Amino acid sequence: MAKTIIEKIIQKHTQDEVKPGQIVWMELDLRTARDFGGPNVVKNYEREYDDEPVADAARTFFTFDLCTTGCLLRYADNQQICRLFARKQGLKVYDVDWGIGTHVLIEEGLAKANTTCVGTDSHMNLLGAVGCFGQGMGDVDITFAFRTGRTWFEVPETVKIKLIGQPDPSASAKDITLFLLRKLGTKVLAEKAAEFYGPAVESLSLAGRITLCSMITEMAGIIGFIPQANEAARQEIERFSGEPWLPFQADSGAIYCQEIEINVAGLTPQVALPPSPANVYDLKEVAGRPINSGFIGSCTNGRFEDLEAAARILKGRRIKEGIILRIVPATRHVYDECLQKGIIEIFRQSGAIVMNPGCGGCAEGHSGLTGRGEVQISTGNRNFPGKQGKGEIILASPEVVAASCVAGYLISPEEL
Amino acid sequence: MKIIKGRVWILIDEQGRLIEDIDTDQIYHNAYLHITDISQMGQYALGNLKGYEDFPLKVGQGDIIIAGRNFGAGSSRQQAVDCFLALKIGAIIAPSFSPIYWRNAINSGLAVLRCHHLNDLVSNHRLESGDILEVNVHSGEAFNITKKIAFSIEPMSPVQLAIYLAGNLFAYGRQMVRQG
Ligand code: SF4
Repeated sequence: MAKTIIEKIIQKHTQDEVKPGQIVWMELDLRTARDFGGPNVVKNYEREYDDEPVADAARTFFTFDLCTTGCLLRYADNQQICRLFARKQGLKVYDVDWGIGTHVLIEEGLAKANTTCVGTDSHMNLLGAVGCFGQGMGDVDITFAFRTGRTWFEVPETVKIKLIGQPDPSASAKDITLFLLRKLGTKVLAEKAAEFYGPAVESLSLAGRITLCSMITEMAGIIGFIPQANEAARQEIERFSGEPWLPFQADSGAIYCQEIEINVAGLTPQVALPPSPANVYDLKEVAGRPINSGFIGSCTNGRFEDLEAAARILKGRRIKEGIILRIVPATRHVYDECLQKGIIEIFRQSGAIVMNPGCGGCAEGHSGLTGRGEVQISTGNRNFPGKQGKGEIILASPEVVAASCVAGYLISPEEL
Repeated sequence: MKIIKGRVWILIDEQGRLIEDIDTDQIYHNAYLHITDISQMGQYALGNLKGYEDFPLKVGQGDIIIAGRNFGAGSSRQQAVDCFLALKIGAIIAPSFSPIYWRNAINSGLAVLRCHHLNDLVSNHRLESGDILEVNVHSGEAFNITKKIAFSIEPMSPVQLAIYLAGNLFAYGRQMVRQG
C-alpha cells in the first residue's frame, strides 16, 4: 500500500500493519530524558526494574538543557539523580555543558533520517527537520522505553501542506512558521503528521527547518517533515550524520486526510501576541508597541544562523538604554561558531548578555525570567501566561527581536 | 474473553447533553497534586466538575463512566487517571479522549473506550445513568442490559488490550522482557 513519510518510518520499526488509527509496537533507535522528567524516569525505573539493565545503554541518554547553570537546587538535585543512575547503567550524559538535547542529538549524528527517537521533551518532534521521527512522551512511557527499547504508538493521519509563492526577503523561517500557525491554528494538525512542500520551505537552512518543525507542537501536531532540502541544508545534515541524507519520500499514491495550499507570496514579518502562539499578526499592524526586554535563543531559534541574523542587525548599533537583551546559543557547537566568527563580540558591543548554551528562558530557565508587567519580545515558541516568568511574551524572529531591542518598541528591521 | 459489566454514570449538563472537554483540573484539581498515595486520590475524582462534586461518595466499584468528546483535555497529570483507578472504575467511554490522557490511561491499565454514537444514545434515552451495561472489549459489542439495547463501540486494539490484560504498561513490559 502507498505510504506517507510517517507511515514509512513507523513501518521500518514494526512488524505490525501500519495504517492510520492502528496502534503498533515501534522499535526506538534512541531514548532520552532531560533534567526535567529525567528524575521521574529514574524513580519509576528503580521501582519497577530495580537493577535490571536498560535495553541498550549505547542508545539511551540523558540530555540536560533546562537548567544548564544548575542555579536552582531542585534541578541540581535532579541532575545528580540522573548522573548517578547513568553511571550505574553505563549511559552517556550530555551534561549541562552541551546545550539543548534535541539539537545535540542532531549535531552528534545520533538523530538521523528515518530513525525513531523519544524523550521527555514536547519539542522532540523538531527532529523532523532531519527526517527523524522524534516524539515527546511522559515519564511512564520513557521509563518503559529505557527498559525495553520499544513503545506503542497510534499511527497518525497525514496532512499535506503546499506553500506557494515566495515570501518577501524581509521574512525569515520564523515568519513563515508564525504565519502557518495563523492559518492552521491548533485544530488542523491536531494529532496528525504533516508534510511540507514548496520552494518557501524547501529553500530553508537546517536552522530554518528546525524553526518550522519545532513549532508543530504549538500547532498540536505529532510531527512535520520537509522531504526536500536545499544543498546547504543537506550538506550540514550530512556533516553531522556522516552519511548521505536519504530521507523517505512519500509514495505517489499515499493517502492524506487533508491537502492544503497556503499562499506565502510577499509575506512580511509576523509576531504572535499573548496569550497564545496562534494569536499572530503582521508586524506592521502592531509596530510601535513598547517592550522592556528581549530573548534570542531556544530550540526554535537558537542556531548559528539565527544568532548571525540578529548580529547583522546589532552590528554597529546599541541596545536602547534600559532594555535587557539575553542571548542563549542552542549548543556549545553554536557557541563555538559564534565565537570564531566574531558574533559574540558584536553582541557584547551592542550591550546584550550572552549566556552558556541551553534552553534559556523557558520554564524556570537559567537565563532569567520576566517579572510581572514586563513585556518581552522572544524568539521562543510559546507565549502562554507563565511560560517565561510572569511577564507578557511576544514571539518573533531573531531579526525582529534584535531590531526591537535597539528601538525599544516593535519594529521591522528595515525600518530601523 | 474480557467482558466489562457495570452500572452506568453519564456525565451530562443541565440540558441533558454529554459534557465535552472535561479537563484534568475538573477531574482532579491541582490543589491535591501533592498527594502521592493513589488510595487517597479517589475522594477527589470529578470534585471540580459542576454537579458531580459528590461523585466519589456515590460511585461503586466497577461502575462505567460515560462522557463527551475530548475527555481528559489539559495538562498531562497522571493523577487524573489514578483517581479513577483508586475508585476501581470499570471503564470510561467517550467519543474521543485527549491524546495525552489516552496514553496515560492505557499505560495505567484503566479501560478507556471510544464510541462515536454516544451523543445519540444519550439524547434518545437509550442509555441512562443507572443502567447496567456490558461491553466486550475484544469485539466492541455493547449491550444495555436494563433496556435490552445493543450498540457498538470501538474494540480495544491488540496493544491496548495486551496492556490492559497485563494490568499496566510496566507489568506488560515485564512479560515482554521475559519473553525476550
Ligand atoms: S527551549 Fe524551551 S521549548 Fe525548547 S526544548 Fe527547551 S524548554 Fe522546551
